[in-house]
Amino acid sequence: MIEFVIRRFLWAVPVIVTVAAVTFFLMYRAPGGPWDLEKPLPNSTVKNLNAKFGLDKPLWINPSAAEEKLDDGSRNPFTVGRAFLDSQFFNYMIGVARFDLGPSYASKGAESVQEVIVEKFPISAKIGLVGIVFAVVVGVPLGIVSALRQNTWIDYLSLFTSTIGVSVPTFVSGLLLLIFLSKGLNVSPIRRPEAWDGLGTAYLLPGIVLGLGTMAYMARLTRSSMLEVKRQDFVRTARAKGLANNPVIGRHMLRNALIPIITILGPAAADLVTGSIIIESIFNAPGLGREFVEAIGKRDYSMIMGTAIFYAVLIAFANVAVDLSYGFVDPRIRVRR
Amino acid sequence: MSTLAPAAQAVEKEPGARLATLVPTRPSRSLWSNAWAQFRRNKMAIVGLIYLVLLFLTAIFAPAIAPHNPVQADVAVAGQFRQAAWIDHDNPKKAGSWDFPLGTDSIGRDVFSRLVYGSRISLVVGFIPMAVILLVGVPIGLAAGFVGGRTDNVLMRLTDIVYAFPALLFFIVMQIAFRETLFGQLLNGLVLLFVTLSIVNWTGVARLVRGTTLELKEKEFVEAARASGAGSWRLITRHVLPNALGPIIVAAAFIVPGAIIYEAVLSYLGIGVRPDVSLTTPFPSSWGQMIQDGSKTWNSQPWMLVAPAMAIALVTLAFTFVGDGLRDALDPREQL
Repeated sequence: MIEFVIRRFLWAVPVIVTVAAVTFFLMYRAPGGPWDLEKPLPNSTVKNLNAKFGLDKPLWINPSAAEEKLDDGSRNPFTVGRAFLDSQFFNYMIGVARFDLGPSYASKGAESVQEVIVEKFPISAKIGLVGIVFAVVVGVPLGIVSALRQNTWIDYLSLFTSTIGVSVPTFVSGLLLLIFLSKGLNVSPIRRPEAWDGLGTAYLLPGIVLGLGTMAYMARLTRSSMLEVKRQDFVRTARAKGLANNPVIGRHMLRNALIPIITILGPAAADLVTGSIIIESIFNAPGLGREFVEAIGKRDYSMIMGTAIFYAVLIAFANVAVDLSYGFVDPRIRVRR
Repeated sequence: MSTLAPAAQAVEKEPGARLATLVPTRPSRSLWSNAWAQFRRNKMAIVGLIYLVLLFLTAIFAPAIAPHNPVQADVAVAGQFRQAAWIDHDNPKKAGSWDFPLGTDSIGRDVFSRLVYGSRISLVVGFIPMAVILLVGVPIGLAAGFVGGRTDNVLMRLTDIVYAFPALLFFIVMQIAFRETLFGQLLNGLVLLFVTLSIVNWTGVARLVRGTTLELKEKEFVEAARASGAGSWRLITRHVLPNALGPIIVAAAFIVPGAIIYEAVLSYLGIGVRPDVSLTTPFPSSWGQMIQDGSKTWNSQPWMLVAPAMAIALVTLAFTFVGDGLRDALDPREQL
């Protein structure tokens, strides 16, 4: 089991490396740079900035630096090798491995990308937490009720709402809700910055909007999964031996119906992460998602790159966690050895 | 389905005697007419289909439907934000009028006309990447499933990576990287958007087709065809592919709304389609752009945001209904 856990975690490494490399390559291709401002900076300043952030180094490999080391008489393969790889790409990748995502260019290097992430991510995480709790707490019971009262009005109503929830993107429902609240009910859902300290009511609305799609998907999945379990022999046996309704639902049906629901937690994590990018800018929440959108506007490439990699790592680990959780829920798929 | 289809094929090959002895009482029903009968029973799917047909007609006949030019600014009412037709206002320049059913935007353009023309970009951006994804994903999936070996391994590793990289993040990075290049400016950025939306999503289709192919190639009818001397090409094109079409069509029905949403999100972030100022351009407005505009001005003119948001909500809803209907009709194993 431990071997499986380790292997599963290690497997995320090549995925993350590929994501980081692709992101680096694409961002390097992006025309214009972080120093392209309304008022052009003098050439000497740009040169200094580039030197400061190592942007004057070669892109992939640095043979001249390695030659220099060799000429200095160094024969240590590590020193020479490191000099050979003293390039923008490898420096960045080595940085990523050390959780160092480099300076945020927009702040002129005053802040590093990982500092911004550490500062802003808790707010996004709290919104995501509200979202996932909402999705599970509302979605699963909705699906259960739907399945137990199949083909009644409750079932149709929940099917209809969950179909809408699944298909309408959160950024559309978020914007419509925003307008409805402020124009229709005259409540402004935009909160002041202080409201985001701690875990206050400010998180409720963005969290719910963020979780809407996942909730609907969970309701649909729970319903179909419960319907399937409902017809199984062991459920009939449980009822035949006189078990009360609730234990049959809870212990026999739900436990078996939950397995497919857990499988969507991985994609759901990805959904919540990418959804937060939009939701936070709609509700003006000072989290990482809004920071990311602002970085796009400011062409803060190091910030965009770092945040994208951070998100990818997050999702990769969420997928690993979901894979591992199968074994806990269903002993039949627990990995042997 | 896999048991139906070979029968259907046998019927096609020998329409005469055999059919008469097998099913003498009712006319032959192919897989497709069965599927259509099943699809027709789903009312929501039919409603969705009708809506999509109307949307197509709107996109094609936009010049005839739109009351105004969608790009032409009206200096006289610029900055006034005429309200939607049914909303009254003391200022006659702001009061709603049926000349401008959904009001005007910050520079006096008719919101309704922009909405009508916006259907063009949404449909184009939904269907062209879908076609590209199928053209790339289906052959690769067939090859991986049928031949296996290295193609299969590479494909599976690639899809693993794609699954880990959230699509929206990749699209954002991709758009930023190429938007300002010469290529990124072709057709106001539409060409780049097609590439962006196709470049990773084909892996999902390829994986799906691979799975179906693996399953189908073990089936008796494929074995029978092989035993009677059919080559690989014939096996793939005549026996495997036709039977894999159901899941492929269902997947395609869900790719289109996904692409429409991504276009809207990217345009909302300001990195999607570029705004066009030419008065005769075929793609003058996009719903995503309208949402971006509207999200800044909804306090003065809410319908600038409500209208495009509803348009996107409705089109994705219609596709979901049609997709669900298609799944019930074509892919009975994948019921949700």
